[in-house]
Amino acid sequence: MKVTQPAINQPRNGLIPRSLRNALKRDWQLYVLLILPVAFVIIFKYAAYPGLRIAFMNYKPARGYSGSEYVGLKIFEKIFKDADFLRALKNSLIFNFLDLAIGFPVPIILALMLNELRYPRFKKVSQTILYLPHFLSWVIIASVSYTLFRPSTGLVNITLMDAGLINEGIPFLTEKFHWAVTYLLMAVWQNMGWGTILYLAAITGISGELYEAATVDGANRMRKMWHITLPGIRPTMVTLLILNLGRIMGSNYERLASFGNVLVKDYQYQLAIYIYEKGLAGGNFSKATAVGLFQSLLGFILVLAADRFAKKLGESGLI
Amino acid sequence: MEATNTKKLTGTTGMKMHVTIGDIIIIVIIIILCLTCILPFVHIAAKSISGNSAVLAKQVTLVPKDITLEAYTSIFQDGQLTHSMLYTVLVTVLFTAIGMVVTTCAAYPLSRRHLVGRNFFSLMILFTLYFSAGLIPEYLLMKQLNLLDTMWVLILPLSFSPFNMLIMKTFIQSTIPDSLEEAAFLDGATHFQILFKIVLPLSKAIIATLSLFYAVGRWNAYADAKYYINTKALQPIQYILSNMVLNSGADAISLSEGAAVESTPEVLQAAMVMFATLPIICVYPFVQKYFVKGVMIGAVKG
Repeated sequence: MKVTQPAINQPRNGLIPRSLRNALKRDWQLYVLLILPVAFVIIFKYAAYPGLRIAFMNYKPARGYSGSEYVGLKIFEKIFKDADFLRALKNSLIFNFLDLAIGFPVPIILALMLNELRYPRFKKVSQTILYLPHFLSWVIIASVSYTLFRPSTGLVNITLMDAGLINEGIPFLTEKFHWAVTYLLMAVWQNMGWGTILYLAAITGISGELYEAATVDGANRMRKMWHITLPGIRPTMVTLLILNLGRIMGSNYERLASFGNVLVKDYQYQLAIYIYEKGLAGGNFSKATAVGLFQSLLGFILVLAADRFAKKLGESGLI
Repeated sequence: MEATNTKKLTGTTGMKMHVTIGDIIIIVIIIILCLTCILPFVHIAAKSISGNSAVLAKQVTLVPKDITLEAYTSIFQDGQLTHSMLYTVLVTVLFTAIGMVVTTCAAYPLSRRHLVGRNFFSLMILFTLYFSAGLIPEYLLMKQLNLLDTMWVLILPLSFSPFNMLIMKTFIQSTIPDSLEEAAFLDGATHFQILFKIVLPLSKAIIATLSLFYAVGRWNAYADAKYYINTKALQPIQYILSNMVLNSGADAISLSEGAAVESTPEVLQAAMVMFATLPIICVYPFVQKYFVKGVMIGAVKG
């Protein structure tokens, strides 16, 4: 997952600095191949960046760029006084933080458990099953959740009532506190299996001699897990933590929209919803763009900061 | 994974493997987690083929009762969902094919360490992963490109994923030694020949893996359809499903008159969910054996 890699193993390059012409002569076919992907990012990504100037304009969709005037940072002043924005921002930060706090450790624990399984066939089947939710859309997951968690007709509530544990159905998805818990746990469920892949890959890379030496020294499984396996996957943990920190400003429209309903609007109102409702649905393009820019910039800065921090701690970082 | 297994076995050889309480606890936890992944779908599948009265009487949990295919018949008679299904398959296939071609075109050159400008191109592509222009600028761009309300708006903008490119690049770097490529080059092979005759045949695992990622990503996404598409015939199945099943409660489930729906909303909803999920559940087991290997090699650093 490194973005740049130090060039190793190229003495020729170091001794004779190759001129651009030589590079072109030797590698022109490689540059021809690059034309297509570069064209894709320019046409579909970079070409959108100039549109960010709407955040500094009083943009009227009917008048276009040329008919709208620049207003400096006025839009940003406005959004920071906008109660809706502040609520969406607060919800986004709280829910993303909870996503990270609950969702990050689960795949690690599950990977450690899978690694301790001694029956290869059982391990393989359970992995196949646990990866499956990752491949389902939020629409499907939300539909399934609504079917299972409905207060009076949902399977979960019926089962709990039959068992005599509760007297009336729990409003898992229709009361905001219950909704928050369900919403968070469904994401944990969706990602728990898939999240183990990178950790299991890292565990494979740990030298077997370490375990043998520990066995000779009389270490039990817990101690081996704590002193060998966990340190062995630390770089992976740091990398994924950095990636996830960068997402703390993000918000997933499909997940929010699928789980949304009128009764839980208080918590479901997060940045992606704000941007869609104010912008595309409400026609206030300037505000929506300003919020989007704020979100992107802060996310970008967070990734860079987390990466630098990781490098300071002696990890290899991401970028 | 295999390596850790053998490690563990050699660690315990000498005595017969004995099952400890720890083993049992782990196995039980994992079985419970697996059940949470399977049972919901068994429940919904059972509901989708059960009779109305049994479902309304809450008698259906995991085993269907009064088996009938009425709900599925209405779906096929209505035509809207089947049309959307075929349309989404077409979009997904085009999306995946284009995505894989563009990804390969980026991953192979950028995996060559001697390429002049490699860092520049890598940064240029990966920057878009970390900094997006956001909804409105992208919407206006689609408008400028005349892609709004066309099938291509679902295919072109997202079909190149820098993240997948990164995985493929790492895979090529770690499975195909530079020396092999150098040797072929010295023998007079061109880069195109090396790509088609050496790199691609050796990259089957990652090609299968990333194709699955692209296909599933496209199959599942619907936000872009909501942003960019008005025409009903051009909407992918997930968006139609979200309109029918979510958002406005049970009474929103509306198939056309011709479908002559006799099923209750609950049964119909269950059938729709199964209908839209089946393609993934059918394809998944076959590709699964590739992607563990593919992702593991592609995602491990260095």
